[in-house]
Amino acid sequence: MTDIQYLAPKTLDEAVRAFAATAGKGRILAGGTDLLIQMRAGILNPGVIVDIKKIPEMTAIEETKDGGFRIGAAVSGAVLREHPKLKKVWPGVVEATNLIGSTQIQGRASAGGNLCNGSPAGDSVPAMVAAGAVVTIQGPKGKRELPVEKVPKGPGRLNLEPGEIVVAFTLPARPKGSGDAYLRMIPRTEMDIAVVGCGVSLTLDKGTVTAARVSLGAVAPTVLLVEDAAKALIGSKLDDAALAKAAAACSAACRPIDDKRGTIAYRTQVAGVLLKRTAAIAAQRAGGK
Amino acid sequence: MAKIHVSTTVNGEPHEFLCDAEQSMLDVLRGPLGLTGSKEGCGSGDCGACTITVNDRIVCSCLMLAAEAEGQKLGTIEGMAGEELHPLQTKFLEMAALQCGICTPGVLMAAKSLLERNPNPTEHEVRFWLAGNLCRCTGYDKIVRAVMETAADMRGAAR
Repeated sequence: MTDIQYLAPKTLDEAVRAFAATAGKGRILAGGTDLLIQMRAGILNPGVIVDIKKIPEMTAIEETKDGGFRIGAAVSGAVLREHPKLKKVWPGVVEATNLIGSTQIQGRASAGGNLCNGSPAGDSVPAMVAAGAVVTIQGPKGKRELPVEKVPKGPGRLNLEPGEIVVAFTLPARPKGSGDAYLRMIPRTEMDIAVVGCGVSLTLDKGTVTAARVSLGAVAPTVLLVEDAAKALIGSKLDDAALAKAAAACSAACRPIDDKRGTIAYRTQVAGVLLKRTAAIAAQRAGGK
Repeated sequence: MAKIHVSTTVNGEPHEFLCDAEQSMLDVLRGPLGLTGSKEGCGSGDCGACTITVNDRIVCSCLMLAAEAEGQKLGTIEGMAGEELHPLQTKFLEMAALQCGICTPGVLMAAKSLLERNPNPTEHEVRFWLAGNLCRCTGYDKIVRAVMETAADMRGAAR
């Protein structure tokens, strides 16, 4: 016997009411690939589990009127990957989400869960930050929107009010000549946690960068938006000098920890290297070089 | 707290069971439903020995709550063979692509799901698709070759 309660509301309003009523003792269940492990390890003991996957808008991918995309917080990586159009417009976001765990994990794990787990090393988060995703949040006081980079507060902590639920990510419309990419450094090729992750989104006009967003994961208590790196790229033709300046900005933004996965010095160095490699892929996708 | 009543479909058959909120799908499959083909290797989603399909997509049943199965369509290794073994099962026997056998049900479920989506995978694609299926005997090479050969046979048969 157990005193845990499982709820599977069918509407967002119902979910918000049920979650708020748990007064901090509830947990949201999307793919469950972090939650169930934390429960089994005794790290979490929620009184109520609110499964959000029966709520249609949580599991849907929709094109917005202006040509962007709205991705429900509980959409799994596998569903993202199989979407016919999303991968063409936002390949970096799709790839990053599909770096999380194995094929089996991708059948369940969601970008919403990856964000709300609050790990600085979550792979989908830097890609969403580079993409300029806006997060829709709903709580007892209503609906609000936050740029994705404002959601994490620290490892395992979020800038959400009690009772608030992440509902969806909105990716903006893409100007012509745009591309995004995400790379992570891991010592093996699959099934590992990022030592450093880097997301880049670029828009090029005749080879010149007109817009850029750069993000880093696993090098600070939260995923970082690195505005100085983006500034170094904007206006350039991605020449060596501009890339070196952006790489230096990435290294300068790092505030990493020393752990078994990598030292402070290693992570700081790799952040710059990854920026160059990720920018090259984003540029190629943008139709530059 | 009262038990949760769940109605679901397993291998095409309707099933009903009672479970606790935190009980895993794997636990219910192996316990009340008596389907012990899915194995618990790690219980943390790393090894893939508990791989099942939910609405034709592979997942680790140790990382799914049994309560989530309500109204879903599940597939387990017990449903893989019809009157005859599935071509993957036959090929695994032929090529001795298993040693202790603990990982085999999960590997077969994952490989079947790959071939349904991609009848002509490269070795690279097979290895990445099966990256979440750990073989504690480290017999990966025979597994990968058996999947590749099955794919080739099935393409031949479909021609």
